[in-house]
Amino acid sequence: MVQADLNIILPEIVISVYAMAALLVAVYSAKDKLAAPLTWATAGLFVLVAVWVSGMTGEATAFNGMFINDGFARFAKVTILVSAAAVLIMSQAYMSRRGLLKFEYPILIALAAVGMMMMVSAGNLMSLYMGLELQSLALYVVASFRRESVKSTEAGMKYFVLGALSSGLLLYGASLVYGFAGTTDFAGIIDAAHHGGSIGMLIGLVLVVSGLAFKVSAVPFHMWTPDVYEGSPTPVTAFFATAPKVAAMGLFARVLHDAFGSVTADWQQVVVLLSILSMFLGAFAAIGQTDIKRLMAYSSIAHMGYALMGLASGTALGVQAMLVYMAIYVTMNVGTFAFILSMEKDGQPVTSIASLNMLSRAAPAKAIAMLVLLFSLAGVPPMVGFFGKLMVLQAALDAGLTWLAIAGVIASVIGAYYYLRIVFLMYFGQAQEDALDHRSAPVLTVMLMASAIIMVVGIANLFGVESAAMAAATTLVQ
Amino acid sequence: MIGLEHYLTVAATLFVIGIFGLFLNRKNVIILLMSIELMLLAVNINLVAFSSYLGDLVGQVFTLFVLTVAAAEAAIGLAILVSFFRNRGTIAVEDVNVMKG
Repeated sequence: MVQADLNIILPEIVISVYAMAALLVAVYSAKDKLAAPLTWATAGLFVLVAVWVSGMTGEATAFNGMFINDGFARFAKVTILVSAAAVLIMSQAYMSRRGLLKFEYPILIALAAVGMMMMVSAGNLMSLYMGLELQSLALYVVASFRRESVKSTEAGMKYFVLGALSSGLLLYGASLVYGFAGTTDFAGIIDAAHHGGSIGMLIGLVLVVSGLAFKVSAVPFHMWTPDVYEGSPTPVTAFFATAPKVAAMGLFARVLHDAFGSVTADWQQVVVLLSILSMFLGAFAAIGQTDIKRLMAYSSIAHMGYALMGLASGTALGVQAMLVYMAIYVTMNVGTFAFILSMEKDGQPVTSIASLNMLSRAAPAKAIAMLVLLFSLAGVPPMVGFFGKLMVLQAALDAGLTWLAIAGVIASVIGAYYYLRIVFLMYFGQAQEDALDHRSAPVLTVMLMASAIIMVVGIANLFGVESAAMAAATTLVQ
Repeated sequence: MIGLEHYLTVAATLFVIGIFGLFLNRKNVIILLMSIELMLLAVNINLVAFSSYLGDLVGQVFTLFVLTVAAAEAAIGLAILVSFFRNRGTIAVEDVNVMKG
């Protein structure tokens, strides 16, 4: 019995044991000299576990429904692990050059990854909370990883305070749901909600949703995002923009469908509101930004709005669209952040958008790759990013949310402005004296080019992600 | 007779005090940590009250988890606070403003 349960959560156990063993070994031996090999080993382990998880089939629950291993969880886990591995590999080059690579970094990322895998597999309010906190606690620390920098510690502080607030809201909601449903099990909650949910449960649901909205940085719970993105070391920002977003979205879908799938009407308006506000705030607030990390923060807020549009439709098609959107989103972001990480002037990292003036002349290949990624982020056809947007819009239309879809199109047109402004600067800006350095680390170039190529080549069949996401979505939405 | 609703009222009051503490406090980051702790403890009262009312132990188990995580959270919060203080020389909330967001 226990043996069978342990087998189901073996991937998580492997990563946690690895993290603890690596911590012990590093502390008692070479310490930071081990940082670079550990980073590569962690990335390698992530890829191996991703391959292993993607090979699993069927649906299994462990520990009396606490942990669910279904197609949905596996799709999210593979996306999380692969993007986390990509970000780790990119961080290594950047962080070693700046003396920032400590052995704790890959270990914290590994622990955060376990938390994220737990989140998308949660089948109970308790496992949901523990997964969420494991992820969040590790992320608070990596946000303030540059200990001697005011900005980084301030980012960590802001993230911590607002993250703790969101956990508090979520937990208070969870306690109300427990009280009024009489159980913390998602399967029990969905039954209790079906047989006449009470007002207490509705309040609990709204509080849980707002706690989760904090984690995906949906408006009006987004205020931490720009500061944390700007203040954290850039590789950490790249990490924040990818894997945790997928995990939080996965958890969101899990809670809404597994625990409250019988009362779709109760949460639909809330999610629609979050979605519209995020899309528009992300589109408008990014326009005036001068720092590319801050711009990416608003861009991620807007993208979360589109992913929430998929969730808002409350159908299997919507969940599928959300999963595809998230997979495309992380691929684009890995490439974009590879570009941001390679922005240097005299060996010093720069993040100002103005420094990109006339990049096309200095580094034509980088500029064209970035152009493809920016077009894809903006959702310009025929890049892959456009198909992600198309799918969520179709899902919304399918569910009768015509106004939401129209709002999405309008927001996407507004949002295109600030992406295209960067393209404009790169190709038609003013030539400047002190241009960016030409060379960049080979790893970053490879990531940037790979991501850009995927954005173009993927239009053929999206690499089969669409059908995989469909299979995943049908295991979640009955 | 003290019933479930009394406990829920106390918990709701504490929770709201915690939220107000987070948003209205302009003085000291330590007070933010205290407010966060207050919110989590309010949740614990809620969980234990429901657990005893329902005659179901799950709520109390949940409380133990919440307590553990709250301790870890406080430790990390204080660690971040210490490194912030080393850089900035102050822990006043109004000085957490290098970045405007």
